[in-house]
Amino acid sequence: MTTSYEPVIGLEIHVQLSTKTKMFCACELSFGEQPNSRTCPVCLGMPGTLPVVNARAIDFGLLIGLALGSEIAPRSIFHRKNYFYPDLPKGYQISQFDIPLCLGGRLGEVAIHRVHLEEDAAKLTHQGTSGRINDADSSVVDFNRGGTPLVEIVTEPDIYSAAQAREWLTLLRTTLRQLGVSDVNMEEGSLRCDANISIRPVGETTLGTKTELKNMNSFRFIERGIDAEIARQVALVEAGQTVAQETLHFDPASGTLTSLRSKEDSHDYRYFPEPDLVPIVVTQAMLAQAHAALPELPAQRAQRFELDFALTAEIARMLAFRTELGDYFEAAVGSRDCDDPAAIASWVTGELVARLGDGDPGDSKVTPQALSKLVGLVSTKQLTSGAGKSVLDRLVADGGDPAAVMESEGLAAMDSGDELAEAVADAIAANPDAVAKLRDGKEQAIGALIGHVMRETKGRADGGEVTRLVREQLGL
Amino acid sequence: MSEILDLTAAAAGAAVRSGELGASELFEFYRQRAQDDQLNAFTWVAEATPGEAAIDGPLSGVPLAVKDLFCTKGIVSQSGSRILEGFRPPYSATVVEQLENAGAPLFAKTNQDEFAMGSSNENSAFGPVFNPWDVTRVPGGSSGGSAAAVAAGSAPWALGTDTGGSIRQPASFCGIVGLKPTYGAVSRYGMIAFASSLDQAGVLTRDVTDAALLLSEMVGRDPRDSTSLEYPGSLVLPTGRDLSGIRLGVPEELTEGVEGIEPGVRAVFDDALRTAESMGATVETCRLPHAPHALSAYYLIAPAEASANLSRYDGVRFGLRVEGDGDLKEMYERTRSAGFGPEVKRRIMLGTYALSSGYYDAYYGRAQRVRTKIAEDFNTAFESFDFIVTPTSPSVAFKLGARTADPLAMYLSDYFTVPMSLAGIPAISIPAGLSEGLPVGLQIAGPAFSEQRILEAAYALEGAFAFDASGARRSGSK
Ligand SMILES: [Zn+2]
Repeated sequence: MTTSYEPVIGLEIHVQLSTKTKMFCACELSFGEQPNSRTCPVCLGMPGTLPVVNARAIDFGLLIGLALGSEIAPRSIFHRKNYFYPDLPKGYQISQFDIPLCLGGRLGEVAIHRVHLEEDAAKLTHQGTSGRINDADSSVVDFNRGGTPLVEIVTEPDIYSAAQAREWLTLLRTTLRQLGVSDVNMEEGSLRCDANISIRPVGETTLGTKTELKNMNSFRFIERGIDAEIARQVALVEAGQTVAQETLHFDPASGTLTSLRSKEDSHDYRYFPEPDLVPIVVTQAMLAQAHAALPELPAQRAQRFELDFALTAEIARMLAFRTELGDYFEAAVGSRDCDDPAAIASWVTGELVARLGDGDPGDSKVTPQALSKLVGLVSTKQLTSGAGKSVLDRLVADGGDPAAVMESEGLAAMDSGDELAEAVADAIAANPDAVAKLRDGKEQAIGALIGHVMRETKGRADGGEVTRLVREQLGL
Repeated sequence: MSEILDLTAAAAGAAVRSGELGASELFEFYRQRAQDDQLNAFTWVAEATPGEAAIDGPLSGVPLAVKDLFCTKGIVSQSGSRILEGFRPPYSATVVEQLENAGAPLFAKTNQDEFAMGSSNENSAFGPVFNPWDVTRVPGGSSGGSAAAVAAGSAPWALGTDTGGSIRQPASFCGIVGLKPTYGAVSRYGMIAFASSLDQAGVLTRDVTDAALLLSEMVGRDPRDSTSLEYPGSLVLPTGRDLSGIRLGVPEELTEGVEGIEPGVRAVFDDALRTAESMGATVETCRLPHAPHALSAYYLIAPAEASANLSRYDGVRFGLRVEGDGDLKEMYERTRSAGFGPEVKRRIMLGTYALSSGYYDAYYGRAQRVRTKIAEDFNTAFESFDFIVTPTSPSVAFKLGARTADPLAMYLSDYFTVPMSLAGIPAISIPAGLSEGLPVGLQIAGPAFSEQRILEAAYALEGAFAFDASGARRSGSK
């Protein structure tokens, strides 16, 4: 008997906050300026300088905590996390340790362990062939990024597939974007994700030895990387070997995982309370302000879509987890040209997304009102759904009014009069093989006849009506 | 120019204000004294005298010497260390700016133990400082250069820092006044850190009035230092004449049966208590049950913080760098091996160990609990006493080299001063008399933000002690 394995995944997400200034000094955040132009004695770790906490970063941390349903610590403290590295000017990172700003919480189906504030490291570039510090010809440091406010969000090991990890990250990203606390751009590094992965036989409740997958820079790579690591662990265990605790790097180009001889694996960070800072004391006023600033969040929006518009959970999430889709959908429903929100939702998430991909429909030539009208025409059978798709193609390309496109292209649905009966008769005459099969009881052969009619009528015919007419004319 | 030499800073300021003395003349006098210094008290002396306009303000142009570890814009700030040799920060410490704005121009920087780690000034990368009372003896430390300079009359007043006694103990050894304020009363911004939760800037002056005057321009909240506090009220020049109704507590744990307290020091201390009683004070034994553990706690907390504070000296951005055959780790090791002296290395190792996982609770965690207990002891004592008094140090200035081979004997020098540092409370050392021809300091400690009351009491006692420091002032400079 073979054992089947279940993966258990926890995520650690670093989010750069979009405050105006850095976490502990007055330098403005950098967006590709000249290296080392956004620095000061504090963020360069010069002797005698002291950190001062950015109050805005705390406000953002509170917003995130509230959005994730965390418990907010009335008094939290910063620690020093000690290690030597050239990207760390003080020789320690100011972070939070045993008393983080936010504890616990939940987003969607995933439980949150903690949320804490810290500062980002500087950016190191290694010159030479390997791209690693140890055999680089030289390395240069750009301190512009050093000291950027970061929030670290740690989930519980509460995710059970790579696809779920990806979907949940999408929800998190939308939530953070909705909060206005970060650019959440993975390519630019404002959202970074590490995954802790272990496997266990299905039915077990204890966790297996975990490995850490570091710094994956797109949602697609995260999914692929996690899948690759799960496969690696299963293969190891099935071959009678054990999984070693290590940090891994996923190379998306080759699909391979390599072990990082990590500076951190066996590191003792010697955490201790940062004596240069006083505790963060969250006042009622700060909490009230954060509550007031809290917008509707994707998870709440999805729930509202389900209840108010009778959408399926899946469609509601597809709309709500992509803010721009949700906004477009609500605008289309609001235009009152169609009284079937579920049909609008289905057209937005299906046909429209198929044509626009990741693009924002709000930026397309199809206005929400035009889409709403189009769906209305289909719902009232003035347009078949096939012809509706052709109209949508034209709207995506050129914009305009769907009824006008329908008229000018002659795509209006045919009524079941003589014209349709003639088209059916033509199809029967042109497809003797299919007719013979159909008479033999091979029902699927009718498809060829319907297809013929649809081609000839440019999709204007109603499929059900065509079927009825075929049977009538063949006397079946 | 002996008249100028005998003027206190306050008196010199008054002479400048009245027009009897030019501010430039005063500056040039001390600049020259510092230039001719024979005690190795200075690490930098101004090359020229600034114009009169630059020295306007309540401090009337009386020039200021500051300990090397205060960052001074464009001027070497090395904290007594080879690793910062030649380091010229692009900024000044808040307190240096405050005092310059108040009319005390910087004219010299003073020698110190490396990163303020030491009690004798023998740990300076720039050589030891000599005590103006006896040049074969240490001036105390770590603010030894500031203390020696003020005592020798080569500075009218000076800034120091005190982490476990580094202002009070050298003030005691050099027969001057040294005041460590309440933790948070003075900004730490721009002070090259030793132990952040203990470091506090303070003053070394010829008398109590000068201490009050200088300190009054230093206190207050600095937005660049989160741990600094709004100072309640303001400080004024003391006028106290007697001690009637003042209750002095002598901590039994610190003074009874303590080994190593010199009989001569004890005698001066007892005399001082009798003088206080004669001025109306009551003197009683008090309890500070956890104070005997202060030194042990201090030598875990301070090195732990120092081990992190000194991590930034890595050869990457400033200060010394010794290349390491293309290898990063080797560069770190070579730079830090060459840049730090033995005492600094000892404390980095001690602190790193105290914070290591598995040892944290037993060492650092426990030391912090002791610290809390000590603070509670003081709070309790201050319910019954106005001030706690002790000798500032168990001994007079010892001979150069006498304790360098024995770190523990060296650490004992701060036995009486460390408890106040851990509690974050203010304390002053004033010269109370001589033992074997060397000064003995009296320490007066009060509750947080009681500086004004401490200054009043110290001022009254100073009048009664009538300590004569003029002899030392004539030595030390050519
Ligand atoms: Zn900065």
